[in-house]
Parts: sequence; C-alpha cells; structure tokens
Amino acid sequence: MAEFEPQIIAFTCNWCTYAAADLAGTSRIHYPANVRIVRVMCSGMVNPMYVFKAFEGGADGVIVAGCNYTDCHYIDGPVKCDTMFARLKKMVLILGLEEERLRREMISTSEGVIFARVVEEMVEQLKKLGPSPFKIKMETLA
Amino acid sequence: MNLEDIIQETKTYYCLECGKCSSLCPISRYDPQYSPRVMVENALLGLEDEIVYNKKLFSCLTCYTCQLKCPSDVDYPLFIQKARVLATAAGQHGDYAHSGTLQSIAMLMARSPLKQNRLEWLKKDGYRTSEKSDVMLFIGCSPYFEPVFEDIPMRTLNIAEASLKVLNSLGIEPLVHPDERCCGHDALWVGDVETFKKLAEHNAAIIKESGVKKVIFFCPECYRTFKLDYPNYVKLDCEVMHISELLAQRLETEGLRFNEVKKKVTYQDPCRLGRHLGIYDAPRKVLQAIPGIELVEMEHNREESICCGTSCFTNCDSYSKQIRVERLLEAKATGAETLITSCPKCQTHFRCAMVNKGEEKGPDIEIELMDLVNLVATSLGG
Repeated sequence: MAEFEPQIIAFTCNWCTYAAADLAGTSRIHYPANVRIVRVMCSGMVNPMYVFKAFEGGADGVIVAGCNYTDCHYIDGPVKCDTMFARLKKMVLILGLEEERLRREMISTSEGVIFARVVEEMVEQLKKLGPSPFKIKMETLA
Repeated sequence: MNLEDIIQETKTYYCLECGKCSSLCPISRYDPQYSPRVMVENALLGLEDEIVYNKKLFSCLTCYTCQLKCPSDVDYPLFIQKARVLATAAGQHGDYAHSGTLQSIAMLMARSPLKQNRLEWLKKDGYRTSEKSDVMLFIGCSPYFEPVFEDIPMRTLNIAEASLKVLNSLGIEPLVHPDERCCGHDALWVGDVETFKKLAEHNAAIIKESGVKKVIFFCPECYRTFKLDYPNYVKLDCEVMHISELLAQRLETEGLRFNEVKKKVTYQDPCRLGRHLGIYDAPRKVLQAIPGIELVEMEHNREESICCGTSCFTNCDSYSKQIRVERLLEAKATGAETLITSCPKCQTHFRCAMVNKGEEKGPDIEIELMDLVNLVATSLGG
C-alpha cells in the first residue's frame, strides 16, 4: 500500500502568507505538495465554517495563516482571526479531532522559508496521525 | 416523495383559504412576502417551483401557531418539513445563521468513527453520575454551543450543569453518555433527512446499549425529536421526559423542599415544549412551588405565546429580530425582573437580540434571562 499522503488546506491571506507561498515557489524552496492553498483577502475573514467545510470535504489538516499583528492591510485582521481561531479550536477539540490537525500561523511576505517549513512540519505530524476520522468514513461510503 | 404525496400526507387539500394561518404567523406579521396561505395555495395549484425555489420556505419557524388554529387541521409544519426535503433535493437551502457552523458540526457528528471530548465540563465539579444508571441525561449540542455563543454571552453548559445538580438533589445519579450526538432536530427541519437518520440511529443504538429506561432532557427540541420524530425512523424502548415534567411529577408525589428566592418572573413557552407537546403546566407548577417567586404572565402566553424568532439557525433576519424585540418588550411590560424559559435556544436568541439591540428600542429590552433549571438549582441548592 502506498504511503498515506495527507491533504492540507491552507487559508492564506492575500497580502502576506500567499505572497510568502509565492516567494517559496520563486525561490525554488522544496516543500511537500500536500498543501492546497485557498487565497483569502484577510485571515480575519476566515470563519469556522470554512474550516469545517474543509474537514467535511476530507482534509486531514487545515492551516489558517495571515499577516503578523503589525503588518495587517486591514489594521486588525489577525486579532479577529485569533478570536475566531480560539473558538474554532474549542469546537474542533470537542468533536474529537487532534490538536495538530489545525494550525494558526503568522507568516510575513518575506518568509517563504518559514512557509515551507510549516508545511513540512505539518505533513510530518499528519503522517504520524493518519487520515482524518471524517475522511475514513467518506472512503468507506464510496 | 413528491409534492402530491406531501399534500396527501399533511391534508393540505382541506385548506379553506380562510387565512388564519397567515394572520397568526409571527413571520407574516413583519415580512409581507411570507404567507403560509399562499404557500399552501401554491401547493394545491401544483406550482412546485414556487415552493421549492422560494427562499421564504426556510423562514417558517415551525412554531405550530398556525396548526393549532387551523379549522381544517392542515399540518402546515409537517408540510414545511417535507417541502424542505424536496427543496434540499433540488439543491436549495436556507440562509444558515453563523455561516452554517452549527449545521456543519451536526453533519460531522453524523460521520461515525468519532471520539468526542464532550464531557470536559463534567470533570470540573463534583457532580454525581453513574454509568450503570437507569436514567440518562441527554446533553445534546450544548458543549458545541458554548464556544459558538461565547460573545453573546450564552453559557449553555450552565444549564446542563444545573440539570445535573437538580437530578442529583432529587437522588438521581444519571448516566451522561460520552458518545451521544446531536439529536438531529435541526437537520430534520432543514430537510437534511440523511444526516438526521444517521444521528437518530446512532443515538438509539447508544441508548439501547447502555440499557437506560428513561432519558431526561433539558432542551425541548431534543425532547420533541426523541418523542415525536424518532419513532418514525428508529426503535426506542425507553421513556423520554423533560426535566420540568420530572420536577412537576416529584412535586405531586413527594413534594420538594425549595429555599426562598425573591423574584418576580415571567415565563416564555418554548414552541417545542408548549405547542408541539402541550406541556404548559409542568414548568408553571414548578415555578409556583418555589416560595418567593411571583409568576406574572405575558400578554401572549401558553398556546398564544410568541416564538423566539428563529428555528434551526436558519433564515435569521431582521424580521426574526423584530419578533424578539417585541417579545422582550412584552416581557418588560409585565414588570417582571426575570424572563424564565426552558429552552436553551430561546435564551440564546433573546440574548443575541439584547446584545445587538436596535438603536431606538435599545435600552428597553434589557431583562435578566434564566433557564427554569437554573432557577430550580439555585433554589434547591444549599
């Protein structure tokens, strides 16, 4: 059987983390291809629903990433994101998902290396954890 | 199932076009575009698209006000429930409040291999529960509501804790099951029967496995679903009971010793407990048994009580808000200091209205909100 390849959905903000991912690409940094990037205008606009939809669709892990507190294009996006994320985390933990499946990062435009490292770390963790419980069900249904 | 079957099943063809439903409907009062009568007429004319692709289909509160007054006994709430299944099959859905987070949580809960950590709140305090008990306390979605409604602030687990405390002081050590799931109420009423069936099967299975004879609810929606909807889908061999019924029963058989609580209160009948199941007296009996409590009724009470404005966390709009503000003003007009309800969702919706109050009516709708069980727990405690 082939090795389990986790699927990660990353919600990245247009101004910082998406640019960082772009930079990682243009600088030819190698990182696993398990991540699917969804560009959003601001990390503060990600609401719990987005993350639940990702898990519903069979994602093994989700990253919500955006600017640092001082860099936000919309002044207080990261603060909003933090509030949302704290609540989201509680819900996800009650649902019984492992903490490692959800990650909040702040990656600035110039930090392509950090983006690559975060993805690498997460893929490694998810490989240890195995597929998401929601995903298992989906596959047996099919 | 098609529209014709729904008409047959809900006896819609008896409609006299008298319009009592539309004149009583709390939504129609504020939203001129929504009318139960027009909905029924469209069904009888066979205009399926007018129903299925109508966004207002999801506005109905299924509060049973129309059904109780219909001279022809048309089961309009059931009609809405079934029509929503049709609409869902056609790819339609309502506007979910909280962006659909709560619907998503229920959908994820319906997928089976899941180890929830839903009993964290039990670890904190010295509540007595027992795994071998005959009685089960159904907690439902309360642990999930807690983070969702953190900012209102609405603490649903307070109600769960109070219920447990009340049961303990009645000498019952209930089973609180670590693997129960959402009862499926919202899924059923927004037309997602698949999710509902899975949740119902799961809950019926864990109840059968644990061998309990009685399940106690503090949420009228869970109670209604177990009592009226589960028998249509799964086999359930246990008694179901709302905590207010249990308290009223105990009051009659052996009496309860309450401490004095000085308060003037008014009571909001949740539609699931009141109109759906006809339980109006049990909570009132409990309230009146507490010394010091003065119960005053609102202008609309019992069968005529007004719904809290949203059902199933769907189509919560400015009309819902108006209903809530009106209801809160009614509560204020009684001169009561506390509005008691026995549904966590009613409380959530009223709290929300008070936080996001309208500019002009702002300060007038502030009133203390409390669940019946919380009041009983304070009065029984000590």
